[in-house]
Amino acid sequence: MKFTLRIWRQRGPNERGGFVTYPVDDVSSDMSFLEMLDALNQRLIVAGEDPVAFEHDCREGICGSCSLVIDGVPHGPDRGVTTCQLYMRRFVDGATITIEPWRAKAFPIIKDLVVDRRALDRIMQAGGYISVNTGGAVDANTLLIGKEEAETAMDAASCIGCGACVAACKNASAMLFVAAKVSHLALLPQGKPERTRRVMAMVRAMEREGFGSCGNQYECEAVCPKQISVRFIALLNREYLRASLTETRLSTRSDSSHGESY
Amino acid sequence: MGSHVITLDPQVPPGPLEMKWDRRRFSGHLVSPANKRRIKIIVVGTGLAGASAASTLGQLGYQVECFCFHDSPRRAHSIAAQGGINAAKNYQDDGDSVARLFYDTIKGGDFRSREANVYRLAQISTQIIDQCVALGVPFAREYGGQLANRSFGGVQVSRTFYCRGQTGQQLLLGAYSALCWQIERGQVTMRPRTEMLDVIVVDGHARGIVVRDLVTGRLSAHTAHAVVLATGGYSNVYYLSTNASGCNVTATYRAWKQGAAFANPSFTQIHPTAIPPVGVHQAKLTLMSESLRNDGRLWVPVSPSDRRPPNEIPPSERDYFLERRYPRFGNLVPRDVASRAVKAICDEGRGVGPGGQGVYLDFSDVIRQQGIDVVRERYGNLFEMYERITGENAYEVPMRIYPAPHYTMGGLWVDYNLMSTIPGLFVIGEANFADHGANRLGASSLMQGLADGYFILPYTIGHYLATVHSPPIPEDHRASRAALERVEVRLKKLVQAKGRQRTAASFHRALGKILWDYCGMSRCAAGLRRALEAIPSLREEFWRDVVVPGSGEAFNQELEYAGRVADFLEFAELMCHDALHREESCGAHFREEYQTEEGEPRRDDEQFAYVAAWEYREGETPVLHKEPLNFEFVQPTARSYQ
Repeated sequence: MKFTLRIWRQRGPNERGGFVTYPVDDVSSDMSFLEMLDALNQRLIVAGEDPVAFEHDCREGICGSCSLVIDGVPHGPDRGVTTCQLYMRRFVDGATITIEPWRAKAFPIIKDLVVDRRALDRIMQAGGYISVNTGGAVDANTLLIGKEEAETAMDAASCIGCGACVAACKNASAMLFVAAKVSHLALLPQGKPERTRRVMAMVRAMEREGFGSCGNQYECEAVCPKQISVRFIALLNREYLRASLTETRLSTRSDSSHGESY
Repeated sequence: MGSHVITLDPQVPPGPLEMKWDRRRFSGHLVSPANKRRIKIIVVGTGLAGASAASTLGQLGYQVECFCFHDSPRRAHSIAAQGGINAAKNYQDDGDSVARLFYDTIKGGDFRSREANVYRLAQISTQIIDQCVALGVPFAREYGGQLANRSFGGVQVSRTFYCRGQTGQQLLLGAYSALCWQIERGQVTMRPRTEMLDVIVVDGHARGIVVRDLVTGRLSAHTAHAVVLATGGYSNVYYLSTNASGCNVTATYRAWKQGAAFANPSFTQIHPTAIPPVGVHQAKLTLMSESLRNDGRLWVPVSPSDRRPPNEIPPSERDYFLERRYPRFGNLVPRDVASRAVKAICDEGRGVGPGGQGVYLDFSDVIRQQGIDVVRERYGNLFEMYERITGENAYEVPMRIYPAPHYTMGGLWVDYNLMSTIPGLFVIGEANFADHGANRLGASSLMQGLADGYFILPYTIGHYLATVHSPPIPEDHRASRAALERVEVRLKKLVQAKGRQRTAASFHRALGKILWDYCGMSRCAAGLRRALEAIPSLREEFWRDVVVPGSGEAFNQELEYAGRVADFLEFAELMCHDALHREESCGAHFREEYQTEEGEPRRDDEQFAYVAAWEYREGETPVLHKEPLNFEFVQPTARSYQ
């Protein structure tokens, strides 16, 4: 197969970027999209040119490293996959394919197709955890968790933190990412004691990082490689509302910043 | 370090097996809370072992500086573990116990691991599940709300806990969330996109590391009171493996060059069920979880010339070769046994698919017996992944699978306290050699990574810190400057303009082929000698011809990669030396000269019941040191699964 690739090249965060066109031929339909880029890079290196910087690691759709906008769609045309799981048999021979980085104010470009996604880590650090010490946990079967509940929590927990939801959203909102984490922990009894503080802290961190607000367009769900449902955004909103009321009530009673569940 | 003399003292506490860990914990000195605040520990790597260690050390009150080369600590390759994590909970009441998990693991490792370590691992396994649930890991549950279990290879009980086919992801996110909490509390300073390139050794003690900031290219020295390596395994030395593209041997290899003994480097696990390779463009092999062997049956046509589609071949003309050869364990034999059986079938010319490199993994029986929905619920994501890669629907036609390098049992030698032969340098998770002997059982790597990180290292490092005198050292100490210079020289050499133009990947692929052919699933003296001749000349060519574009003072992925390949090109030789010297077959190490008439491995306990720990000598052949393995509690037996 043959393709014409239009790839965003940008030397650094403060440099001007632009599209550069590369023809590629000898592409096998069994190649993954990233293997095609590997082949292009091998050619560029031998020719003494700078290879295209892009992120990848596990190449099996779970680490969340790969992050390409392909013909305008984060992770490309297939639903429920990451870029690394996209195969060239999916494309029409001879097509022109446009490849861009995630674009969002909160994700500054490092080089070419590589962006800085530490903002997502900082949201997690603000409250995306259950604060239990190592040691002293009770026997795991002490907490009975219904199969349905556990499965729903798992649906939310399967987020890989790639940031496609942000890249797809015209407001560059990270609502689906935050919703997935908040929901995962709010659905489980272990997460209940800190649910009030968690949702407030994570939403505030999201706003602080410069992510936009949710416009209910659901592009995030459409591109999510783990197909995380926007219903979790509804759950996030409910948690947030509940927390806002609880927090107001709490602050009139005490100064504790660690609101407990009422 | 010429002055460094390696002694292998395993530091195993005396007394009954059940009491050893208790005794160690009681005899260990403690660091007072006030002093912990003044002690800094470096943790390299944020997989299960690194993240759980860094978060627990932070929680204990130490100052932790944690490094990873990814953009986020959540991306370490533990995330890709699919099947599950073992624990001797005996929730199924099917005869499991700490002693049985211990025995299964020792036997699974073909009696090449340390009894005391393995027993401790089995003891701690139950706490790990409790800890993970407390952190919010959404393990699979039964309708009544209790935890569910599945079976894995090499055992006859059901003790594996799982989160669909994403257990590693959920366990890692649990450890990562604990790490996030400690970062928020200011106990851990996280440095992502930073790669460790050397160890700083001062007066014989590990006191820091040299790192490269992968965004700016800046090199810097970081000093501490102790250093913990949690940098994973080196299966990528084979070029094609199930590992992530970034996995490498650099951190442990460079620690080896500074005096840390490397143990059993040739013990590399080839996983039986990966999707077969299709072409030279291939960048990695994709694993199909071992849990599939719970329900899938491996077979090939009886007749090598049978080219009918699998569904048209009647049962009488199929060879269910694992069930035939190993009736007691059937399709659930351990990985090394299954991989060798698959290879033997393909070597006989009975393989299926392109190039005859594959066997069927067939789910039609379980689909008929239990329904397609049950299979979809158990393995749905794996079937989807298979279809995306191969374009085939495994609900309708059998999967084709072939072995792939997956995990490395070898690693830096550590004593019972997880400390290497460099005092103050601790090694945890896949990066050490400790618990899996010559073969790891499925669902045991997650268990070991978390046992080391949450429960063992935080105790044992305390004893070291309480008993060692570590005078403060400035970051520009001469040992730091020397380490920085070593790194700088190597990086400069890589980016120098070369006469010919050949990419690092092409050298890596050539190295991988040498190792796969001569130091892979089966080895022989002649082949290993050939590899030992081929590797140095390939390495020479590499340094002469490799082309690395750009400079070291910027974001440069090709430079990162070339540096890792350069280390693989040296390390591969160490693997071959180890494989050549071990004149026996044990676990994943199968020497063609040492097998029974039926093709089963022949172990030699008289001569080889030891850990082979290799010492680095500049410009010389590595020097072998032996840690004898004394089996006080189990009697090594022929490892039969028949």
